Amino acid sequence: MTREISRRSILAAIPLAALGVSALTACGNGAPAAAGGPASPVSQSDIDAAMKKDTKLTFWTWVPDIQKEVNLFQAKYPAVKVEVVNVGQGGAHYQKLRAAIQAGKGAPDVVQMEFDKLPSFTLTDSLMDLTPYGIGDLKSDYPGWVWGGVTPGGKGIYGVPQDTGPMGMLYREDLFAAAGVTVPKTWDDFAAAVTAYRGKNASSMLTNWAPSSEANMLALFWQAGGRPFSFDGTKSVKINLTGDAGCKKVTAYWNDLFRSGNIGNEPDFADAWYQALNNGKYAAWLTGAWGPVFLQGTAKSTAGKWRVAPLPQWDSSSPASGNYGGSTDAVLKTSQNPIAAAMLARFINTDEKAALTLANEQFLFPPSTKTLNNPAFSDASASFYGGQKVNKEFTDISRTVQEGFQFLPFNDYAATSYDKTMGKAIGDRGDLNAALSAWQDDLVQYAKGQGFTIAS
Amino acid sequence: MTQQTRPPLQRKTANVAKRRQYAAAYTLSMPFMVVFILMIAVPLIYAGYLSFFKKQLIGGVSFVGLDNYGRALTDPSFLGGVGRMALFLVVQVPVMLGLSLLFALVLDSGMLRLQRFIRLGVFLPYAIPSVIATLMWGYLYGKDFGPFAQLAKALGLPAPDFLAGGNVLFSIMNIVTWGFVGYNMIVMYAALRSIPAELYEAARVDGASEWRVAWSIKIPAIRGALLLTTIFSVIGSFQLFNEPNLLRVIAPAAIGQDYTPNMYAYQLSFVNQDSNYAAAIAFLLGIVIMAVSYVVQLTANRKEKES
Repeated sequence: MTREISRRSILAAIPLAALGVSALTACGNGAPAAAGGPASPVSQSDIDAAMKKDTKLTFWTWVPDIQKEVNLFQAKYPAVKVEVVNVGQGGAHYQKLRAAIQAGKGAPDVVQMEFDKLPSFTLTDSLMDLTPYGIGDLKSDYPGWVWGGVTPGGKGIYGVPQDTGPMGMLYREDLFAAAGVTVPKTWDDFAAAVTAYRGKNASSMLTNWAPSSEANMLALFWQAGGRPFSFDGTKSVKINLTGDAGCKKVTAYWNDLFRSGNIGNEPDFADAWYQALNNGKYAAWLTGAWGPVFLQGTAKSTAGKWRVAPLPQWDSSSPASGNYGGSTDAVLKTSQNPIAAAMLARFINTDEKAALTLANEQFLFPPSTKTLNNPAFSDASASFYGGQKVNKEFTDISRTVQEGFQFLPFNDYAATSYDKTMGKAIGDRGDLNAALSAWQDDLVQYAKGQGFTIAS
Repeated sequence: MTQQTRPPLQRKTANVAKRRQYAAAYTLSMPFMVVFILMIAVPLIYAGYLSFFKKQLIGGVSFVGLDNYGRALTDPSFLGGVGRMALFLVVQVPVMLGLSLLFALVLDSGMLRLQRFIRLGVFLPYAIPSVIATLMWGYLYGKDFGPFAQLAKALGLPAPDFLAGGNVLFSIMNIVTWGFVGYNMIVMYAALRSIPAELYEAARVDGASEWRVAWSIKIPAIRGALLLTTIFSVIGSFQLFNEPNLLRVIAPAAIGQDYTPNMYAYQLSFVNQDSNYAAAIAFLLGIVIMAVSYVVQLTANRKEKES
C-alpha cells in the first residue's frame, strides 16, 4: 500500500482531537425533530416496502473510498440512491453537522460519528434511536465495550460500530535488543525499561507521550479501570477524575516518567514526531489498533523492524486494555427516510463483504467479532512487522478491553480543558497530579455553567 | 450680492445637477453599501444581540443583560490575551515599522543598486499567505530538524528552543514582522515618491545632508502614511489568530487556546458551545482596538499641532 492511502485511511479512525483540530460546536438545544423514528419496532414488511421505494439518502463521512461499500448496498437495494459527501474530517465535519442541525435543514440522513462525540449529539437529541429497526439483534456480534459505545447511558442504540482502536504497543525489536531491554509485561517493567533504555542511549528514548493527548490518556485510564465520567442522559453528569483510583494511579505513574526526563513529551502527528519514528528517536509507540497501518505509511524506512505487543499491564493475571479512537455510523433524527437510513448504516458495517472490505482495504480495525475472527482478516501477516500477524494481536487485545467506560456529553470541551491543564503539565514536565485536579475543577465549573448537575 | 440677484431658473438647474450627482454617487456606492450592510452591519448587530443572552446545554437560552461583559472583564483568559497582545504591540509594531521606514528611505534615496530586486525581495513575504508562512517558520523553528537547531548542533551549542513558553511570543513577532515589513514599506515608499523634488533641491542648496533630508523633510512629509500603517498594525496585532493557532500544533504547552483574544473567542464559540459569551468577548476586543487606535491617532494629531 502507499503512504498516501495509509495516512488517509487512518484519519478515519484517529481521534481528531489528537491532530490539533478543534470542533465547532455552535449548538443549542436540539430543535425538536420533525421526522424522527417510531417508538415501536418496524416490521420486516415495512422494511421491505421502504427498501423498494425510490429513495435518496445523503451520507456524510470521511472514510476514504467508502463508495465501495455503498456500491454493495446499492447493488442489493437498487431503488435507494446514496450520495456520499465528505464535508471535512473531524472538526469541520462536526461543525457543519451542528450548523445543519441547528438550521433545521441540510443535515444528512446517515453520518459518521466517533465514539467520543456520540454522547454530545444524543445530548442534543439529534440522533435517531435505532432500536425499532432491529439493530439490537446485532448486540451479540460485538464485544461488550463496543456495544456500550453506541448505547450511551444504556438508553437506546445510536449508531452502528464502524471501527475501533483498542490500545497496544508498537516497538522496535532491534532497538530493544540493542539496549538489552525485553518487552515489558507490566507497567513496573515498563518504567524499568524506560530507565534502562535511556541509560544506553543518550539521544533517544523508549517512548514519547504527547501533550494534547486526552483521547489517548482516557484509554489508559480505561485500561486501569478508571471510570471517571458518566451521564444520566438528561442533566446529571459525574466528573470524578480525582476520586477515581484508576485515573489517579495512571496520572501518578506518568508524572514520575515525565519528571525523570526519560520519555519524550513532544506533540504527536507533527513533522518532528514523524521524523522521530523514522530515525529511531523513540523505540515504542503506545497506540490504538489503527496505529500499525499508520506507522507503516509514516516510518517506511524502518520496515521489518517493528513488532506488536499488548500494553504493559497493571495486573498481569487479568490483561486489560482501553480504546483509543474509532467511529460509528449514526442516523439523524431529521431523516425523512429513517428505514433506508438505518439499513444503510447497518449494511455497510455488518454485511460480510462490506465489513471485510472496510477492514482489509480501508484498514479500519473492525469492531465486530465476526470480522475479527474471519481468517481473511486475522491471518494476514505484515512484513513491516517482520511477518507478525498484527491483526490477530490486536484482535486478542480487543477481547481484553473492559466495559463501562463513558465519555462526557461535552468531550470537545474536555479535550481542550485537558490541553490547558494536563497537556501543559506534560509539556512543561510539571506536576501532573496537580494538573489532574485542575482538569477536574475546570470540567466541573464548565458543567455547572452549562446547567448540568454534578452527581457525586 | 450677485448671488442673491441670480435668477431663480439658474438656481434650479444647479440643484438638478447637484441632485444628479448625488444620485450617481449613491448608485455607484450601492454595491458596497449592500454588501457592507449584509456582511458587516447585520452580523454585527446580531452578534451584539447575542451577547446579551446566555445559552446553556441544559436549560436553554435566557436574557442576562450585561452579565457576559462583566464576566469577560474578570476573565483571566481574556485579560491575559489582551495583555499579551498589548506586549506584542509595544514590541513588534515599532520594530516592524522602523524596519519598513528604513527600507523605504534607503530605496527612495536611490543609492542602491538592484533597487527593484530588493524592493520585490522585501515585499515578497507579504505575498505568502500567513498560514503557509507559519508552517514554514514552524519548520525553521524546529528543535530537532530545523536549520537553526542543526547549525547550533554543528557548532556544539545547545539548540535554541524558539517554541518554549517564554520565547514563543517573540517567535510569532518575528513571523509577523517578516510578513509585513514589505507591505508597510510599500505604503511608505509610495508616500515618499509623492514628495515634490523641489523640496530636496532646496534642501541641498542649503547644504543639507541625505540624512538631514530624510529626518527633516521626508519623515515629516509622510506622517500620514506612518499613521496609517501604525493604525493598521495596531488592529492587526490585536486580531492575531493564524500564526499562534497554527504554532499551537507544535507547541501546545506554550500556546494555550486562549493565547490571543481572537483564539479565545473562537474556542468559546466552537468548542465550549458558548457563542453568546464569545460575542461579548469579540465586542470588547473591538472596543479595545478602537480605544487604542483612537489614542494613537490623538497622539499623532497633537504632535502635528505642536510642530
